[in-house]
Amino acid sequence: MDDLRDMVRHSRGGFTLSRLRRAVLLGFKSLWLHRLRSLLTVLGIVFGVCSVIAMLAVGEGASFEAQEQIRRLGSNNIIIRSKRPTGTKNLGSQQSFVLPYGITYADVDRIKGSIPGVRVVVPGRIIKTNIWHLDKRVDGEVVGSVYWYPRMRNLKLLKGRFFSQLESLQKANVCVLDEKTAGKLFPITSPVGNSVRVGSDYYRVVGVIEAESRQAGRNNAGTKHKGESKGSASVATARAYIPLSAAKDRFGEVLVKRNSGSIEATRVELHEAVVEVKNKAEVEETARIVDEILARNHKKRDYEIVVPLAELRAAKKMAQVFNLVLGSIAAISLIVGGIGIMNIMLASVTERTREIGIRRALGARRRDIIMQFLVETVILSGIGGLIGVALGIVIPYIITAFAGMITIITPWSPLMAFGISGLVGVIFGIYPAIRAANMDPVEALRHE
Amino acid sequence: MSRAPIVSLEKVTKTYHMGQNVLNALDGVSLTFQEGEYVSIMGPSGCGKSTMLNVLGCLDRPTAGRYVLGGQDVSAFDDDALSGIRGKRLGFIFQSYNLIQQLTVVENIEVPLYYQGVPAHESREAAAALADRVGLGNRLDHKPFELSGGQQQRVGIARALVNDPLIILADEPTGNLDSRSGAEILALLDELHGQGKTIIMVTHDNEIGERSMRVVRLRDGRVEADITHG
Repeated sequence: MDDLRDMVRHSRGGFTLSRLRRAVLLGFKSLWLHRLRSLLTVLGIVFGVCSVIAMLAVGEGASFEAQEQIRRLGSNNIIIRSKRPTGTKNLGSQQSFVLPYGITYADVDRIKGSIPGVRVVVPGRIIKTNIWHLDKRVDGEVVGSVYWYPRMRNLKLLKGRFFSQLESLQKANVCVLDEKTAGKLFPITSPVGNSVRVGSDYYRVVGVIEAESRQAGRNNAGTKHKGESKGSASVATARAYIPLSAAKDRFGEVLVKRNSGSIEATRVELHEAVVEVKNKAEVEETARIVDEILARNHKKRDYEIVVPLAELRAAKKMAQVFNLVLGSIAAISLIVGGIGIMNIMLASVTERTREIGIRRALGARRRDIIMQFLVETVILSGIGGLIGVALGIVIPYIITAFAGMITIITPWSPLMAFGISGLVGVIFGIYPAIRAANMDPVEALRHE
Repeated sequence: MSRAPIVSLEKVTKTYHMGQNVLNALDGVSLTFQEGEYVSIMGPSGCGKSTMLNVLGCLDRPTAGRYVLGGQDVSAFDDDALSGIRGKRLGFIFQSYNLIQQLTVVENIEVPLYYQGVPAHESREAAAALADRVGLGNRLDHKPFELSGGQQQRVGIARALVNDPLIILADEPTGNLDSRSGAEILALLDELHGQGKTIIMVTHDNEIGERSMRVVRLRDGRVEADITHG
């Protein structure tokens, strides 16, 4: 008596691959019967998946850009900048008043001398001025600095060389242009060996270096498209680098700015100093000490200290929150898509009550019915997921092309979005499938 | 003949609760059917014909009593086991054909084999052979809506035969057909009976009932008469 039962069980045990293949085929057939309905159902998932990927790509791009700009400053560096003290603006109306502020050479020496962990201190002067070559002009900045400046700032030389230690000592009239300045002044010829004019002085160009902000956009794992013309990544001012000693000689320390009706003069020894700390773990502690040393001699707080490492950490945290928010918004749209699928499947189950009854009468077990409907929802959400992934990869390109934003598609985001869409299919498909399977076959067969 | 009956119902009762009322759709029915019999179950509507067919077809379990099918007491089987019995031991022919609309003729015929896990090429072969046998060999890839009622019912019969069942259960198989198509279907059933198939048919048409060798008349859930013709 039991052997027949065993036989029945035995011959039906397990889903073979060919059985699954036929179930999938059947699923496609049933979905194809209601093409428009299936398409509309799929759309919900398409938009869900697509928005997950696109939003994460935009978020990732934005945070990458922010982080890269900070990282460019150097994670071992502390940057000290001269700042006009607050509340001194109106003093400029008095004639021939010279306002001294900012960090001095003495400050740099003090930092160098009193903090043991400090490796290099890069002083820098920044003078806003015009740079000329023949009749071409660039509105930019002349930066007086030291010969190890490119190494400190992780800048790559594109042509020629940076100025040398000897040239620094000689206060030589040499300069290195950034690629932006070079491109504007020397659109055809090579700038190396030519001269540019600043004020009444001529400087021989010895090299071309990459623009400082343009660095954002390299050495990253994911796929990335970068805006060509617009976007904050490329708004760097044109720069020419000359030895600090030469800058001191040629420009002096007093800068005069003529506004309508008044002359404003300021004296700034150094606009910027970069302190490199040997050990990354000591960066923030050193920044505090630097601040203490400077505060003793600068009662007016005419400087500011920027610690890229701390900002990087803050930016990363921000990016995480940003991604979480964007991701959740997109995930909600996926859930909405899933509810759409459930809605349609419930309607489909009701509509196909008769078919379910027939199949049950012809030997389908409950789990066969569950399988059939689950396969259908998984097909729907799977197709939706695939189309969504395709769109989600294309749309960031379009955003980049039209809005000039950097977008980064990390490899895991399409995988994750596709996985979630499959999961949504199973989760929202299981209830309609169970409802279908639990129908009484007699009732189902009687259904019109 | 002293062979064991292929179907035996022992004091089968099926009770429905409708609010306060208790309805005995089957009230202690005991019947046996032998292999190769062609039985008509007849009676006025509400007599328990449909309930009897559902119990015989393992679609419904009796409230009390024993149902032995092919030597196996199936009255206590669980849902999965009953599904297995339906798929392996029973063939259904319905009044309204009950074909699956999105499947072709040959696909409809092979549905029972699909749930038995028969490999695709085997079931396709068997289904095609049966379609040929019921005269639809040239309509294999047609959809049900492309066929006439008589043709659809022949697909239904082929489907009922494909798993080589112990018994074929037919529920008013000619109820939706015109007299000519109906006659064709009945002739086909006669032919199957001639080949030794066991057929249990529910009908309210006396004329059709008289064609079978045995008529069981039900009234109010009880066997009123059980007549075997020569």
